[in-house]
Amino acid sequence: MAATAATARQRSGWTIANIVAIVLALIPVVWILSLSFKTPASITDPTFFPTHWTWGNYSGILTTSTFIRPLLNSIGIGLIATLIAVVLASMAAYAVARLNFPGKQVLIGVSLLIAMFPPIALATPLFNIERALGLFNTWPGLIIPYVATGLPLGIYTLSAFFREIPWELEKAAKVDGATPAQAFLRVIAPLAAPGMVTTAILVFLFCWNEFLLAITLTATTAARTAPAAMAFFTGNSQFAVPTGSISAAAVVITIPIIIFVLFFQRRIVAGLTAGAVKG
Amino acid sequence: MAEIVLNHITKRFPDGALAVNDVNLEIADGEFVILVGPSGCGKSTTLNMIAGLEDITEGELRIGGKVVNDKAPKDRDIAMVFQSYALYPHMTVRENMGFALKLAKTPKNVIDEKVSEAARILDLTQHLDRKPANLSGGQRQRVAMGRAIVRDPAAFLMDEPLSNLDAKLRVQMRTEVSRIQRRLGTTMVYVTHDQTEAMTLGDRVAVMRTGVLQQVASPQELYDRPVNLFVAGFIGSPAMNFMAGTIESEGLRTSIGHIPVSGAVRQALERSNVGREIIVGIRPESFEDASMVSAETRPHGITFQATIDVIESLGAEKYVYFSQDLGQAVNVAELEELARDSGRADTGATTETVVARIDPATRITEGETAQLWADVRAVHMFDPSTGLNLTLGDNTPGSTATLTDGTATQEPAAPAPGQTTAAETDTL
Repeated sequence: MAATAATARQRSGWTIANIVAIVLALIPVVWILSLSFKTPASITDPTFFPTHWTWGNYSGILTTSTFIRPLLNSIGIGLIATLIAVVLASMAAYAVARLNFPGKQVLIGVSLLIAMFPPIALATPLFNIERALGLFNTWPGLIIPYVATGLPLGIYTLSAFFREIPWELEKAAKVDGATPAQAFLRVIAPLAAPGMVTTAILVFLFCWNEFLLAITLTATTAARTAPAAMAFFTGNSQFAVPTGSISAAAVVITIPIIIFVLFFQRRIVAGLTAGAVKG
Repeated sequence: MAEIVLNHITKRFPDGALAVNDVNLEIADGEFVILVGPSGCGKSTTLNMIAGLEDITEGELRIGGKVVNDKAPKDRDIAMVFQSYALYPHMTVRENMGFALKLAKTPKNVIDEKVSEAARILDLTQHLDRKPANLSGGQRQRVAMGRAIVRDPAAFLMDEPLSNLDAKLRVQMRTEVSRIQRRLGTTMVYVTHDQTEAMTLGDRVAVMRTGVLQQVASPQELYDRPVNLFVAGFIGSPAMNFMAGTIESEGLRTSIGHIPVSGAVRQALERSNVGREIIVGIRPESFEDASMVSAETRPHGITFQATIDVIESLGAEKYVYFSQDLGQAVNVAELEELARDSGRADTGATTETVVARIDPATRITEGETAQLWADVRAVHMFDPSTGLNLTLGDNTPGSTATLTDGTATQEPAAPAPGQTTAAETDTL
């Protein structure tokens, strides 16, 4: 009796806590959504929901190249950086999980160090380096630092996944006549797919949302990504704040992320390795 | 199909641990050889070295006449079945079994044919399109076997393939493995820690302990003529009973009484420099309820009294446990220590308790002091410092013991290498 009462109370407690957390997270999102539908004149009115609905903000940003081009940059840079980071991280993580080689601890340490370094400290040196190398304001100029930042995350996530895969599967593949590369590609990689997808989502989210490097290392819409482009929005006059446009752009750049996560979430299925070894 | 030759094979791990020490073993083409030993004895490491999954530190490994020390597993033409089966979980049974052939770029119709054939042999045809996760333990085990069979390799390597099955299925699959090996006639090396599996499956059994090959012989030979204390204790279930024995002028003094030894044996024992104290080994089936022993057999053994602790009835036989009279036994602590050094400790037998396998018709009950009879023709004697069997004539595998009469299981001895033991234990 007492036990069931306690669990019932516990459950309602958790429900309330969850609702509070969700509401807190969603209010700003709904607020932005609401702002994006307000007309410039009514943008400062104190109502939560728009009194005068308009698609103007959306049609505005979607017809100018100052937003469309950065959106394409974001997608392109994000996908390429993610692909490279996941491929490199898979190889590194495999080595970390499976092999004993001199300098293994150093490799892990250095990758952690990169993750711990404050990005703002890197922004100015990177700016100078990239200008000297001619990478400034190009796609590779953003892809390279994004891959570097995504790798530690990827190595950590993936090495955990690789450790879970039974060693004997690889031995079996070798005895079955596979080269080490074939064993990795045809046996280990398919089993680590959920881990790779998880890593891909995390790295892509990072690239998609990254603002500091994007605004430091770009100058024109040739390489500027969407978050950076939003900072360059202007109002109708010099003194008008482009709140509506920024809100609409924020909503627009959230949509691909939602699609991306929903699409890959289905593939993150636990227990893919069930049945490999007994039990 | 090929013979496998291990020539002075040694494995030393990077941390310095010696896993396999100078193993020499010749496995003939089509032979079924079992590597058996307690865990940590190096049997799996040996198998992995044959497979190419572990580097060989020293020595030479030949498969089919070719030295393969530096060849990758894929170039050795061997198939392996793992203890965990190691099925590829993202592939169907069909894909699992055909994976090796696909890697070898075999034409698709040939793969299909071979997979269907193997599936038929293993009774897996209706499961071909299922994933391993949806199969039972026994089915997974058969898929693992199938994956090896379709390869038609030079040799099969099996690493405790049955140890994850329940007892009943294990016995069933044991017969199956034996049948498949005979049918295919492929060389097979099979690793197990289970001496019953080793005894029932192999043409020859190689007993290993702490990386050292102890004895390689047919199962019966191992049972009848163990070269040392370890093999004697490891092979056979229940294990051989060991007790302390002291050589006296008239024979051997042990906790179950005075065992007469013929003059020749005694002389041999004295010549072998073992000292007065030795270890005596008697198999459980050498005991009998004294009242059940026929008059003509009785003189071949000794009768003694023992207080029965436990009786286990298995239907066809009864196991009777009794304690050794330690007061009468020689220095037991010393015996224990010597036994540990010579490997007895690994066999699981305890010094205090003796187990006897007797006729189920016996009237002996628990707690009673019963008259038991022990066949002294089947007594083994071991050197406590080296563990070597002193009653063996010679250690050449394949040689048969000289029987003192038609019913004796084994006996006496001629000079063992390195020591001079002799002759016939005729008794009483």
